[in-house]
Order: sequence, then C-alpha cells, then structure tokens
Amino acid sequence: MTETLHNLTIGFSVALAPSVLLYAFIGCVVGTLVGVLPGIGPLAGISLLLPASFGLDATSAMVLLAGIYYGAMYGGSTTSILMRIPGEAASVMTCIDGYEMTRKGRAGPALAIAAIGSYIAGTVSVVGLMLLAPPLASFALRFGPPEYFALLMLGLLVLAYMSGGSMLKSLAMAALGLLLGMIGIDPMTGFFRFSYGLVELGDGIGVVPVAVGLFGLSEILLTAGQPTAPEVKKPRLNELLPSRQEWRASLWPIGRGTVLGFFIGIIPGSAHIISSFVSYAVEKRLSKHPERFGHGAIEGVAGPESANNSATSGAFVPMLALGVPSGPIPAVMIAAMMVHGISPGPLLISQQPELFWGFIASMYVGNLVLLILNLPLVGIFVNVLRIPYPLLYPAILVFCVLGVYAVNGSAVDIGIMTATGALGYLLRKFDFETAPVVLGLILAPMMEMSFRQSLAMSSGSYAIFVNRPIALVMLAVGLALLLLSIVPFLIKTVDWRQRLGLEAAQEKENA
Amino acid sequence: MIWESRHLPLGTFRQPGPAYVPILLAALLLIFGAILIFTAGRAPSLSSLRWSEWRHTLAILLTCVFAVFAIERLGYRLTVLLALAFLVKGVEKRGWISSLAFAFCMAFGSFFLFYTILRVPLPQGPFGF
Repeated sequence: MTETLHNLTIGFSVALAPSVLLYAFIGCVVGTLVGVLPGIGPLAGISLLLPASFGLDATSAMVLLAGIYYGAMYGGSTTSILMRIPGEAASVMTCIDGYEMTRKGRAGPALAIAAIGSYIAGTVSVVGLMLLAPPLASFALRFGPPEYFALLMLGLLVLAYMSGGSMLKSLAMAALGLLLGMIGIDPMTGFFRFSYGLVELGDGIGVVPVAVGLFGLSEILLTAGQPTAPEVKKPRLNELLPSRQEWRASLWPIGRGTVLGFFIGIIPGSAHIISSFVSYAVEKRLSKHPERFGHGAIEGVAGPESANNSATSGAFVPMLALGVPSGPIPAVMIAAMMVHGISPGPLLISQQPELFWGFIASMYVGNLVLLILNLPLVGIFVNVLRIPYPLLYPAILVFCVLGVYAVNGSAVDIGIMTATGALGYLLRKFDFETAPVVLGLILAPMMEMSFRQSLAMSSGSYAIFVNRPIALVMLAVGLALLLLSIVPFLIKTVDWRQRLGLEAAQEKENA
Repeated sequence: MIWESRHLPLGTFRQPGPAYVPILLAALLLIFGAILIFTAGRAPSLSSLRWSEWRHTLAILLTCVFAVFAIERLGYRLTVLLALAFLVKGVEKRGWISSLAFAFCMAFGSFFLFYTILRVPLPQGPFGF
C-alpha cells in the first residue's frame, strides 16, 4: 500500500505539470463535445485527435486521449437528459428516466446526479484500476501463447454472451471481424493474404477506418434526413441542486453502478454500453417501486451513468496490465502508445512507472475537471445542438474523413471507412451488433499468432490448451458460457438477458 | 476468401499454414449464416423495415467515394469544399450563399486547425491549396 501511495505521488507530480494539465483539460472539453454530438462517439473523437497526439510526449498523448474517452461518457448524459438524444450509445438508458425528469421540470437534479455519479464512479474506479492492474500485470508474466489464445477466445465469447441481442448474430459478427483481421502479411510465413494488389493492405485493415465506418459513418447514414433541430431545454444554475430525497435515492445506485461498471469494463466488448444496460436492469429489479422506472426515477439516471463511467477505467485494466485491448477504444489507445515506442503489457508498469502512474493520476484530475465543466457549463455545451442537423452531419462527416485519412495519410482508409460505413448501416438495419466486428478485427492477428505459436511449441499437439491450468480455466469458462447460451434454445426457459430487460433495452436503442 | 485462399499453403491440422485459419473462419461464418437463414422465420419481415433515409444515405456514400478519389488529387481543402457544397446545397437544398459560406469555412477552418495548429499532415493539392 505504501508503495502504491509512493507511486501515486510520482504520478501526481507528472499529472500536475502544466502541459499535462492542459492536455487533460483539452481532452475533457473535446470529449464532452464528442459526447454531446450524436453520430460522433468517443472512438471517432479519439481517432480524430490521434494524429495530433503523435507530436506530443507519450504521457500527454495518453492523457489527452483518455480525457476524450471519459469526457464523452459525461457529455453523452447531457443530451440524453435534456433532449432524449443519446450523444453516444452508453447513454441510451439515461434517456428513459432522464428525459422524463426533464419533462417534469427536474432536469437540473438529473444532470447534477449524472455528473456527481459519474465523478464518484470515475474516481473510485481509478482506485480499482490502480490496485488491480499491477498485480494482474505480475500474474500475466506467467502467460505464454496458449494462455493468450485462451484469454482472447474467452473475451470474444463473453462479448457474444453479454450482448443484448442474439448470441448467434454476435458470433457471426465476431467471425466476420476475425476474417477481416486475416487481411495483410502473415506474420509467421510472410505470405501476402487477401491484399488484392493493394500495397496499403499489406499491414492489414486498420482499426480506425473500420471503427469510424461501423460506428460513426453508419450513425450518420441512419440519422441523416432529420428535418429540424430538436428543442433544447436548458436548466438554470440554481435549479441543479437535487432534493434530499433524490440524494438518498441515488446513493446506492451510484455505488452499485460503480462496482458493476468497473468489473464489466474489464471484460472485452462494448463494456461502457453493456454496463449501463445491466445497471439499469439491476436498479429496476432491486427497487421497491419498479413501476417508477420509465417515469422519471432518479435511480435510472444515477446507476447507468455511474456504471458507464466506471467501465472506462475498467477497460484500461487489461489494456495496461496485459496489453490486450478490451474494445475498439483501448485498441486505438494501444496504437497511440506504440507510435511512441511503448508496448503495453505486463512490463509496462515496472518499466514505465511515470507513464502508468501519471496516467492514473491524470484520471483523478480529469474527473474533477469534468465535474467542474459539466455542471456550470451545461448550457454552453447543449448550444452545439442548436446547429441544424442538415449542417451538423456534413461537418461530422468531414471530421470522420479527416480523422481516418490523417492516421496513415492514405485515401484507401477513406475507402475502407466508406465500405464499412455502408456495411454497418445495413447490419444495424437488420439488427446485428457491430462491436464484435471491430473486436474480432483487433484480436485476429494476436489470436492467430498465439494459436499457431502454441501448436509450434507443442509440436502440433492441441493438448497444450488443456494441459496448462490457466488456459484450461479460461477455455472452460468460455465453453460454459457457450453452453449456457444454447440452453434457452434446447429447453424453453427465459434467458437471463430477457430477465434483466436487456433485450428490451436493446430494442429501445434500435428504435 | 475461401476461393482466394487457394494461392496460399493450407498446412496441416498439426501445422496450420497461412490459409488454415482464414478458411476455418470463413467456414464458421458460412455455418452461422446458414443457421441464421434457417431460423429467419422468427425474425420480422423485410417489408417492416423503413428505408425513408435512402436518398441521404446514397448521397453521403457517393460523397465519401468522391473523397477517396479526390483528396490526394485536388487536396484537402478543395475536396471538402466541393463535398460540403454538394451535401448542403444539392442534398439539403440550402441557399447558395449559406451553402458556399458553410463549405468554405469548414474546409479552410478545419485545415487551419488541424494542419497549421495541430500539425496533422493533410494533402495540399495541385493549386497550392
């Protein structure tokens, strides 16, 4: 513990340097704007500023990008509460009760509880990250190729199992993503695979164009054509204070959302989205008056908002400790670290303590900046939404094109974004989830490499995956999840996702 | 992808080659697809989907295709200017002056912010802008 506190002191000395503070502030402001704007999620925002971060030192770059990530989580709640428009997918659940509160004239307390809940969750979950990442990194030093293969396999199965819709569809999407990840030079033999004569595909398909296409462009394609700007209801500063009853009702949902969000965040997938769905369902289930949900229950705002912020810190645990991205956003951040010559993984914390602890300390600072930004300046941020949508979406499109092009300076990437945008549009129309495609694409090279390395280690014996205890446990858990998801098909019973109301939530998001 | 893999060594069950995993994944995808087709009876019908935004969708996709071919030939600013003028004037039917003003401000403003201030490399184009 003393060592942790000592390390944190080092971290604060890094994070409180004026230049790092400035980048934390810029990241938080950009992130809040990204969260407020529909169609441009945290991933598109990070992609946009990724090339700009290349000129910075590694710590400043990471602080800037992380600020965008958790800033977007804060910003997304504002439009959900005031206008029933989720700025990004994780805020969908906040729309339900948040907007009902606005209709009843309680927008101020809803915004305040969302911001305070997010602050508490963000701060507490950083403690979790701080305590969990170093021992996990030490443990991961025992990992060889079979363990990494089992871990990645488990990650994909958990993502498919946790997704709100059909597991079969999620698995199909993961297979599609893995298949896309096969494009490029085979790292073990040097063969060019599926590059169709395009030199740019030699390094494989980039995560950024695919993710911006599947999430950003497809959102624009689905929402373009909205004729008028939605009505904006701005609360006054003196209306922000929640009543004593609202404080009391929010306390436990914030606590539960924080814990739930952090642990769901560690699991690969769109953790921040899933965590808010699960938190809403849990709060509804635990409430003595579940009938209030959907009609302005403050617990329905406090829980999901805390959970999605907490999940952002959780997502950094496997990224920093194992070097394994738990989703598209950590994957882009890993790419940013690699540009700066840092390879994330078990050795990062011991070899680059200033970076790791500076990053941790900056998250404490960033959460405070966001609390200060979000409450008094909420009126300024929502003004962005007064811009008519026929002007807003072309501007967002320009930022998508710019962000995608700037990463590699390649027009082929804009083509990939266009193709995946069209694909994402069709997939979302047909109720397929797009997150597994991106995760599959990210994990494919690592997964294939560890699979083939494992077989090379064992002279072709597949027993290596069951002879090593860590790999065996992870594969067994993955298999159990697969079997659990098949049970509702074989025996007519209610799936846990339906019990928790996740499917209803998913339908609501799609609607 | 299965067809394209014919040029690559498949390897063996014990020693997978570069085509092994792609073929395995493509086969898995085919199986998942087949199951989805067989269970499609439970899904809502195709006619229940609304496609009211298709004109915008097509226009935006065409704009992106234009950007692919134009960005390195015409440069960033001219490409964005033309793309936005098309979207705002041609698709959204805004006035000429407001469309051109918006397109001009976005094209030159974003270039100034990202190229000049943030030093993000963007293509200049043959006319020097």
